[in-house]
Amino acid sequence: MSTDNHHHSHHFDSAEHEYATSKEGIWLFLTSEILMFGGLFVGYIIYSNIYPQVFQEGAKHLDWRLGALNTIVLLTSSLTMVLGIHYSQHNDRKKAVFNLAVTILCGAIFMLVKYFEYTHKIHEGLLPGKWYHGPVPEGISNIGLYYSFYFMMTGLHGIHVLAGMGLILWVLLRAQKGEFNSHYYTPVEGVGLFWHLVDLIWIFLFPLLYLVG
Amino acid sequence: MGQNGEHHAISLNTHLKVFAALIGFTLLTVATAKGMDFGSFNWVVAFTIATAKAFLVMAYFMHLKYDEKIFKAIIALSFFFVFLLFIFCVGDLATRIVQTSTL
Repeated sequence: MSTDNHHHSHHFDSAEHEYATSKEGIWLFLTSEILMFGGLFVGYIIYSNIYPQVFQEGAKHLDWRLGALNTIVLLTSSLTMVLGIHYSQHNDRKKAVFNLAVTILCGAIFMLVKYFEYTHKIHEGLLPGKWYHGPVPEGISNIGLYYSFYFMMTGLHGIHVLAGMGLILWVLLRAQKGEFNSHYYTPVEGVGLFWHLVDLIWIFLFPLLYLVG
Repeated sequence: MGQNGEHHAISLNTHLKVFAALIGFTLLTVATAKGMDFGSFNWVVAFTIATAKAFLVMAYFMHLKYDEKIFKAIIALSFFFVFLLFIFCVGDLATRIVQTSTL
């Protein structure tokens, strides 16, 4: 592989070696992300089996249509992220920047929908743990347990969406300056992997929170 | 990739097909969860579809299908450890002496 446009760091044999190593680093980081979210998923599954009524009652207040909308928004953003990488690889600066911008826009739409969901829940008193002051049906106590999981899981995921948007903006600005080409696009690739993981987590969060509940 | 220095570029057509499949699966999971009732198998259906979607994203969008095997091993290992966490927790809970909780 030619290194015409990118000089690899001296501790790598080649630009290709540098690319593969960077990518492996990203995958190891994604592993830690999976373990972090994995703990929450395991906790949710166990508690929802111990207290099924609490989780069924809590999930009733979620609007699956908003969840489905956000799923489609994130899947679209994953496609445009892939296109952003594709056009960076093919030296098409304009199309790369356009697709990265659409990806950020999708992230913003996702967060906007989340904002409406959150404000609605805060207004209704559907809050975590001891702060819960929403409706309490007969025979069910501590629905706040459900909302502890809901806010923790979607909140942590939302932080990842915001972080991802910031990272995509960073590669967008670099793409705009023409820093990427078929020989060097490692940052777009790495940010893309992170963004797909954020999508991947939502793929499991959506049925868990909105559909099965 | 790697030795020969060629990065496998997945065609745009493939990406669009994968995207269409992902949207299709999303509609399917909503249709099965809202329109049909499989009783206690509801969550099995929903998570089978979610897993299929996850495989598509990882194989094509994250190019695991064409990438170095070590990346597949890394990601498989992380899912395995989440599975271990789950199994040990469930094993613990299932073998406890039942206590009545005030929760």
